[in-house]
Amino acid sequence: MYQILKAEQLADNIFLMDVEAPRVAKYCQPGQFIIAKIDEVGERIPLTICDYDREKGTITIVFQIVGASTKKMSFLKAGDSFRDFVGPLGVASEFVSEPIDEVKNRKYLFVAGGVGTAPVYPQVKWMHEHGIDVDVIVGAKTKDLILLEEEMRSVSGNLYITTDDGSYERKGMVTQVIQDLYDAGNRYDICVAIGPMIMMKFVCKLTKQLEIPTIVSLNPIMIDGTGMCGGCRVTVNNEIKFACVDGPEFDGHGVDWDQAMTRQQLYRTDEGRAMLKVQEGATHHGGCGHCGGDE
Amino acid sequence: MDVLKKVPVREQEPAVRAKNFEEVCYGYNMEEAMEEASRCINCKNAKCVQGCPVAIDIPGFVSKVKEGKIFEAADVIAEASALPAVCGRVCPQESQCEGKCIRGIKGEPVSIGKLERFVADYARENGYSPKKTAEMNGKKVAVIGSGPAGLTCAGDLAKLGYDVTIFEALHEPGGVLTYGIPEFRLPKEKVVQPEIENIRKLGVKIECNVVIGKSVSIDQLIEDEGFEAVFIGSGAGLPKFMGIPGENANGVFSANEFLTRNNLMKAFREDYDTPIFRGKKVAVVGGGNVAMDAARTALRLGAQTYIVYRRSEAELPARVEEVHHAKEEGIIFKLLTNPTRILSDEKGWVTGMTCVEMELGEPDESGRRRPVVKKDSEFTLDVDTVIMALGTSPNPLIYTTTKGLETNKWHCIVADEADGKTSKTGVYAGGDAVTGAATVILAMGAGKAAAKGIHEYLSNGVQN
Repeated sequence: MYQILKAEQLADNIFLMDVEAPRVAKYCQPGQFIIAKIDEVGERIPLTICDYDREKGTITIVFQIVGASTKKMSFLKAGDSFRDFVGPLGVASEFVSEPIDEVKNRKYLFVAGGVGTAPVYPQVKWMHEHGIDVDVIVGAKTKDLILLEEEMRSVSGNLYITTDDGSYERKGMVTQVIQDLYDAGNRYDICVAIGPMIMMKFVCKLTKQLEIPTIVSLNPIMIDGTGMCGGCRVTVNNEIKFACVDGPEFDGHGVDWDQAMTRQQLYRTDEGRAMLKVQEGATHHGGCGHCGGDE
Repeated sequence: MDVLKKVPVREQEPAVRAKNFEEVCYGYNMEEAMEEASRCINCKNAKCVQGCPVAIDIPGFVSKVKEGKIFEAADVIAEASALPAVCGRVCPQESQCEGKCIRGIKGEPVSIGKLERFVADYARENGYSPKKTAEMNGKKVAVIGSGPAGLTCAGDLAKLGYDVTIFEALHEPGGVLTYGIPEFRLPKEKVVQPEIENIRKLGVKIECNVVIGKSVSIDQLIEDEGFEAVFIGSGAGLPKFMGIPGENANGVFSANEFLTRNNLMKAFREDYDTPIFRGKKVAVVGGGNVAMDAARTALRLGAQTYIVYRRSEAELPARVEEVHHAKEEGIIFKLLTNPTRILSDEKGWVTGMTCVEMELGEPDESGRRRPVVKKDSEFTLDVDTVIMALGTSPNPLIYTTTKGLETNKWHCIVADEADGKTSKTGVYAGGDAVTGAATVILAMGAGKAAAKGIHEYLSNGVQN
């Protein structure tokens, strides 16, 4: 069992947890992910690592309620445990294993959208710990959905916050901020963009025009996370890759976004139905039509 | 009683079992088992034993069954095998022990598999526990993977007194016994879990949720955690796809994914959260045991199901019994048929599969007649789901993270067949990680050989 040491609600549907998992915390790196399973009957849920403490042996995860399992997970409190918690999985961010001088010579731009702020944070923190100031853009729908602002501010060079509705700091999409920075004369060697697929798709469209190589992190449907099921296959530069072992980070300009988004829909109906069952508990009868009706 | 024939084994009716996940075969009862055992002529130079990859003393245990001494029969089997209830169900006996049985020359061989299964089931249901033999010697051995190879190796080493820890990447032990082979062929709670429990009773520790090569490497296990030897039994878990157009459409799965959802994650049960895609018309591409398992699972989930295989029935690599069961249950075999493209609608969901008919030409390097495309034979199979069961290859996670571990061009670990020794001192390997996808019993044989190899190495301190 893997005990939850801290459980915190960051926003309406977004939660943060510190979980005791010494084997994961010992060797994990920015860019990698874990798989958590709540109980015997639970799904295996892949989540990118948000932070880690090697001495305490803890991993910080941040998740958003998207289906029945994440809903169930949101009910867990400090002191509760996950039945299973495995990792670190996937390949670490490329810069971790590159010569530090090369990394220092580059100008990085990090772009985080919504809950994607969580996986961006350890990368920016790593940069900060290695004495590299990077520009960071954080975007969300509205003020309440801006996550980890303090934490991010303490490790970023320049931090630009934007909300779709203008309820906090700038108004507009992250792509607008990228364009504005570019127009103001900023030049970047690498962009790292993590967030909802639709955001990553449009960031990549723009950075391709601006000729900024862009890394994205994909979190598709998967089961084992070790290359066994092939459910997470994505097409990158016309080659089939498994996000769990070849990724999760890929060349964003090579990703077949439309295919990736189609594949994301695979279990949506099932998941949606299952979530309504959890929300409605014993009162769920499948008759109201929200879930499409039970068979 | 006709001594030339096996005592028939009771099975669930095909029409009934096609709709449930209960075990197909009921196995023998005491009376039937004793009767079948009496057909064994107790050969002095028993050929059946030579046919068994773990060399169970078959006439020895069968003669105990003949006398109704089932615990003693279980003792005889336990000397050679830690997983008898599993092997009695999934071994290809027809090409191993039973294939060599003298009775089989003139009539049907003794039903050794069903007898082994009866002994194991009876022993378990009546509280039998395998005996632990040696004192603990304090030497730590790590076993990577808790499938048939790893469990066997760990069990044998524990019996010799070693302090064995198995590291399993998934959240349940058992490897292919848990995620791959379905419930209706190999029940998990009734058969797999108790056999794994018996291995734990020998003192073996099993640590789940550890991905060797990610959570910790083999070198770190040796240098930081004090393991003196390592056995790699990580299997062949990487699925293959055909590389035909449309393979990434929604509704195309690897057999591994489909079976893992169903077996490990228990998606067929309402009370488990993991979803599974229940197609209405499913094509399973491939002809091995995994293809049969996937097809029979899809059928039980309510689909009209096809097996699509490019050679003819004679070349089907699956066990005859599995093919027979699949046909009885209503699986439609599209033989000499090869897919060329998967069709999908504008939203990316599978709507059909284009295939060509094949005919058999000259034998190829495998000795089987090479299938060649029949001219103008293209047609479309109306399906909404395609499951690829084309074989698997070893996972690169281990060999890419272990210094000095030699692999061959198929990415299989190079290991000595006799003792499992690899190119790295103190590291042994066996099972599908070495051979590529094969059978449960061959993996067990390799686990056994490696346990012997590791014991020799740790007793003498040098690797010969």
